[in-house]
Amino acid sequence: MIGLSGVSRRFGAVEALAGIDLEVGESEFLAVIGRSGCGKSTLLRIIAGLLEPSAGTVVVDGRPVRRPRRDVALVFQRPALLPWRTVLGNVLLPVEILGLPSASSRKHALELLDSAGLGDVHGRLPHELSGGMQQRVALCRALVQRPRVLLMDEPFSALDALTRAELADRLQELHMGLRATTVFVTHSIQEAVLLADRVAVLTPRPGRIRKILDVDIPRPRSFGHNAHLIEVSRCVAELHDLLL
Amino acid sequence: MKSFALPVAGAVVAIAVWWAATAVLGVRPFFLPSPPDIVAAFLAQPGYLLREAWATLTATVIGFLVAAVGGVLLAVVLTLAQSVSRATLPLLVALNSVPKVALAPLLVLWLGFGAAPKVVLVVLICFFPVVVASAAGLGSTPAELGELGRSLSASRWQQYAKIRLPWALPQVFVGLKIAISLAVIGAVVAEINQPNHGLGAVVVLSGMSFDTPLAFAAIALLALLSVGLFYAVAGLERLLLPWAKAITG
Repeated sequence: MIGLSGVSRRFGAVEALAGIDLEVGESEFLAVIGRSGCGKSTLLRIIAGLLEPSAGTVVVDGRPVRRPRRDVALVFQRPALLPWRTVLGNVLLPVEILGLPSASSRKHALELLDSAGLGDVHGRLPHELSGGMQQRVALCRALVQRPRVLLMDEPFSALDALTRAELADRLQELHMGLRATTVFVTHSIQEAVLLADRVAVLTPRPGRIRKILDVDIPRPRSFGHNAHLIEVSRCVAELHDLLL
Repeated sequence: MKSFALPVAGAVVAIAVWWAATAVLGVRPFFLPSPPDIVAAFLAQPGYLLREAWATLTATVIGFLVAAVGGVLLAVVLTLAQSVSRATLPLLVALNSVPKVALAPLLVLWLGFGAAPKVVLVVLICFFPVVVASAAGLGSTPAELGELGRSLSASRWQQYAKIRLPWALPQVFVGLKIAISLAVIGAVVAEINQPNHGLGAVVVLSGMSFDTPLAFAAIALLALLSVGLFYAVAGLERLLLPWAKAITG
């Protein structure tokens, strides 16, 4: 679904990414993990078509990426909601900009909000919601355009630990249902192990892929008690060693 | 109710101190009229004063509205095209630094004796703060909202209409609030220069006939006008942008 070969990116004299080769399969959930400033976000923006690579090629669904695609949706670190629009109005923003059919999209948006537990707050303004709820709204907004590719840039990093765990759990459920190809940038080892089919570990300055780790743990996974604690801790330990 | 109590109390105390001073010191009304003198001057010819106040108000509001719409549009053009911005900004600053009082006689020369020079002076004095504040607002779109728009391949028009312009509105209102208080000054400067109509003309004419209480009555009406207009703009902001206070904390 997504293919990068020899992708590099410089910002002036700074080399942010160097020689990235990466394949993400259809419906796969890939986590990209690394320290701050290792080019994770740059990588995501290149896949999204928001940034051009200095060298190398990016292909999504068989086509080279030159500009943002309609079937690729982004979720940012911060919710990035429009403060003057209601929750529903925010979710419908992509519908208006992309010119999707409004009646069916509205129904779809309400369903998404319902399933995110936001059904009864769809008329509220974002500032009336908690941070976790705002980020759930942002997730609904990304899903309203029925993306085939979901690109997420540390979407839970601005939230408290409990809310993060709750949202990560919810994202896992969502992914099991929707099967959108997902690239999930994070600096949380726990999140990566809970969510990803594979984890790409990036080294900083310039960002290179150090290793791609397969996470062969059956789903649904959990942070709590489950049958896979040994596998989970093995993966966590391995990522820990690679990163620190 | 509580929010009214303090401002009203402040005004009442100020007027009381003034009244007491004129009474205790025995100041002649010709030199400094006491509050009752001013009220009496108003009640002697309320129709005349309200008519002149209306003339000042209409010129002020028309000029302000033209400057508001024009200023926001120019700010959009300036943020759309860097080249236009760089070509015209020094010119704008230079124009703004010209004392508007100096332009008043020229405007009469060009536009005649009607309301036109007054409205134009109001526009000139209001324009700059609206442009600067709006341009600042349009330039302050958070990076992630810009990226959100681009990731959806939003057109320039959509970016402005759905994201950048609404985001800029709180700052546009900062400019509008500065402009509305300047607008009254602009109208009065034009009226003092060409005293046909308006409260500025009343001040000039009553001064010539040594009717100080009438001059004070006109000035008091101007103050009420300014305060009323300012709070009208502030109220409009609160009505249109209930979210703005919440996100700035």
